[in-house]
Amino acid sequence: MTQSVVVQVGQCGNQVGCRFWDLALREHAAVNKKGIYDEALSSFFRNVDTRSGDTGPDIYRGKICSLKARALLIDMEEGVVNEILQGPLRDVFDSKQLITDVSGSGNNWAVGHKIYGCQYRENIVEKLRKTAEHCDCLQCFFIIHSMGGGTGSGLGTFVLNLLEEEFPEVYRFVTSVYPSGEDDVITSPYNSVLAMKELNEHADCVLPIENESLFEIVNKIHQMINSGKLGSTVKQNSLVTSSAGSAKTLPEKPFDAMNNIVANLLLNLTSSARFEGSLNMDLNEISMNLVPFPRLHYLVSSLTPLYTLADVNVPSRRLDQMFSDAFSRDHQLIRADPKHSLYLACALLVRGNVQVSDLRRNIERLKPSLHFVSWNQEGWKTGLCSVPPVGHSHSLLALANNTCVKPTFIELKDRFMKLYKKKAHLHHYLQIDGMEQSCFSEAVSSLSDLIEEYNELDATKGGPRIDASRLKIAV
Amino acid sequence: MSIVTVQLGQCGNQIGHELFSALCRDSRGTHGLCSNNENQSYQDSCKERFFCEEESAVPAARAVLVDMEPKVISQALSMAASSGHWRYSSHSHFCQKQGSGNNWANGYCVHGPRHKEAIMELVQREAERCDRLGGFLTIMSMAGGTGSGLGAFVTQCLRDAFPTSFILNHVIWPYGTGEVIVQNYNSVLTLSHLYHSSDALLVHENDVIHKICAQLLNIKQISFRDVNQVIAHQLGSVFQTFTCFSIFFPNPKGIDWQVRPPQAGSCIPCTNKALHFNTSIANLLILRGKDVHSVELGSFQDPSLYTSWLNPQDAFTAWKTPRAFNKYEKSAALVSNSQFLLKPLDSIVGKAWNMFASKAYLHQYTKFGIQEEDFLDCFTTLEQVISSYTNL
Repeated sequence: MTQSVVVQVGQCGNQVGCRFWDLALREHAAVNKKGIYDEALSSFFRNVDTRSGDTGPDIYRGKICSLKARALLIDMEEGVVNEILQGPLRDVFDSKQLITDVSGSGNNWAVGHKIYGCQYRENIVEKLRKTAEHCDCLQCFFIIHSMGGGTGSGLGTFVLNLLEEEFPEVYRFVTSVYPSGEDDVITSPYNSVLAMKELNEHADCVLPIENESLFEIVNKIHQMINSGKLGSTVKQNSLVTSSAGSAKTLPEKPFDAMNNIVANLLLNLTSSARFEGSLNMDLNEISMNLVPFPRLHYLVSSLTPLYTLADVNVPSRRLDQMFSDAFSRDHQLIRADPKHSLYLACALLVRGNVQVSDLRRNIERLKPSLHFVSWNQEGWKTGLCSVPPVGHSHSLLALANNTCVKPTFIELKDRFMKLYKKKAHLHHYLQIDGMEQSCFSEAVSSLSDLIEEYNELDATKGGPRIDASRLKIAV
Repeated sequence: MSIVTVQLGQCGNQIGHELFSALCRDSRGTHGLCSNNENQSYQDSCKERFFCEEESAVPAARAVLVDMEPKVISQALSMAASSGHWRYSSHSHFCQKQGSGNNWANGYCVHGPRHKEAIMELVQREAERCDRLGGFLTIMSMAGGTGSGLGAFVTQCLRDAFPTSFILNHVIWPYGTGEVIVQNYNSVLTLSHLYHSSDALLVHENDVIHKICAQLLNIKQISFRDVNQVIAHQLGSVFQTFTCFSIFFPNPKGIDWQVRPPQAGSCIPCTNKALHFNTSIANLLILRGKDVHSVELGSFQDPSLYTSWLNPQDAFTAWKTPRAFNKYEKSAALVSNSQFLLKPLDSIVGKAWNMFASKAYLHQYTKFGIQEEDFLDCFTTLEQVISSYTNL
């Protein structure tokens, strides 16, 4: 079994990360009844003998002593990290996993990337090495950050670069929260586009997330509960947005419900690597099957169910509804329209008591309404994990490599150009050592190239299917 | 006469476990119409063939379990042990941690050479425990990374280490609509490589077995366990031993491999169903249970079933035993080397070619050592096989 390390950078990254660790503990607690440190736990947690203090040795089997997250918490302000360390998760992290500063990055990518990057490089590399040494077989780094600010965006992508240099064989999965159009950080388009170039070049897979989608999901659930529209009562602790049953006992903060969704995304993504099933889907398989060309590695994710009704006896009709939901825009974590764009590849990771015939039936049913690229007409990657998430009898995570991300990127580029043409706020960046105008032009050019690659694929959509002529063999 | 089984990857290990369970269950089961003596010799023969008898312990399967990640093997080991009737030897498995990521090149170019010594040592040990080694059976899927890529590499190693032994690859053909997106690439690479080292490929198509589960067995919610049990049952009914009252067989695998077209063939087992009129090169009918000696088999030798350059008498063989298999009063299995697989093969090669023409996913293979020229060689090999079968 392999291990993964989470690197959470910046305010958003750490808030989401915090929710992830909380829910991960809850999930493992629900499955692991005997308190034995098993392989599934070891994928994200170390088992440390803390009788002689926090720096005790790792215990590789036997009873759980003290679980420590395989994580690095990085923030250039202290607020969020301090809160985590004072909260119920404080024992899950040890002080050697933190890198903090006081003044923040001022929502400036250049400050995060160039100044703090340079300043903290050694420190970060050393801590990464230490974390990697505690792993028997490190397979993947998960980076969690936002694109619009300064630390998550700038320092986060600096760390991404660093990971490629220092650990080239380890996969890099990045969960990036993209800013909305009405983002209150004026320079978020600059920060995002500068960060995009790094994601294009150094990430293996990117899961873009938009706050608006998360917000709409949370709203919808609240509405449904309040208006009593659901036939029976909703199981409270089964909401994907809730942390009921987890360690956190303080009242939920406004972003908690939204962040829980992202945390669940990561849990589901790694479930088949951690738990058994009849058709395993490991992280390296996700990258292999969903990335047909190196730069086209942006995956649209959708998660279902978002809540469970109290009745757990699920007839197959309900199960089929789960598949339909996964392809409905209400369940996506970014606002995009995959059904009217082109699928390059699609992965379905199912958890719970779902069998291969259920999968096949639903793929057959949904296929006709989806457009797949001509050379990948049956491009489905499927995984079946027997262990369902907490409070649900089954769940589905759909990951799509689809050209529907193109409008998101085009919009981002437009917002960037609006500022850039007027050279608004540019001086904040250019005054930073190592930043030049060319950084901006290269970044927007990288984004344009990416958009163009999607354009070329879109152009093939709907055209006549021309099969390449086969090799002729002399008889 | 013993067979050593090499189970490769998740699919290979899941099926392998079901196969040994089925064989063990059958050998311990009711003996239908044969006498106690016949049954005794049947049981002894089965044990000899697939299991290694150990003094105090439960028989151990003559198997080597290989996977690049540990979860499936540990399940197989524990399920076998908990059956109480058979087990896997404690030192017959080899696994790593990371898996092959559905990447044939990773299985073949990286894991293969890296772990060759360790794996072949396990195989040697099993082979040496056989008084008389009949040959090797490998169980693998074509779609993934380990079974397919590492499986192709291990088959080559088996051929090199045991040049005169019989090697049969049991290959699982994936569902047409995806389990793995790059399954067509992995399949093309696997088949073309196996072609060079294997004696015969025994194929099961997931789509076909799925239909059997749905239509013949009326299973509502079909799981991979159901699929694997059907496959294991079919394999068992082909490979299970015969009592000494059966018709003599010239060599353990029956089909006269001397009469073969320029290529090694692919064959498909199917039970009791009428063949479409795909032209056959060879057919092997296996009958077990009641009334086997009075069965009329003339229609199986109808010349219209066979290619013109073969004599149906040579191309058709039947084995019979009165000992029932797995509680079925009568059962029949047909192993066929015919054009049956032509359409599926052509379809896979076509889809892989389309993907190849657009260069999609190639960077995933080249980074582990499989270049475009290697792909082209594989396509050429398979187009030749398709052409040969088309012209039967």
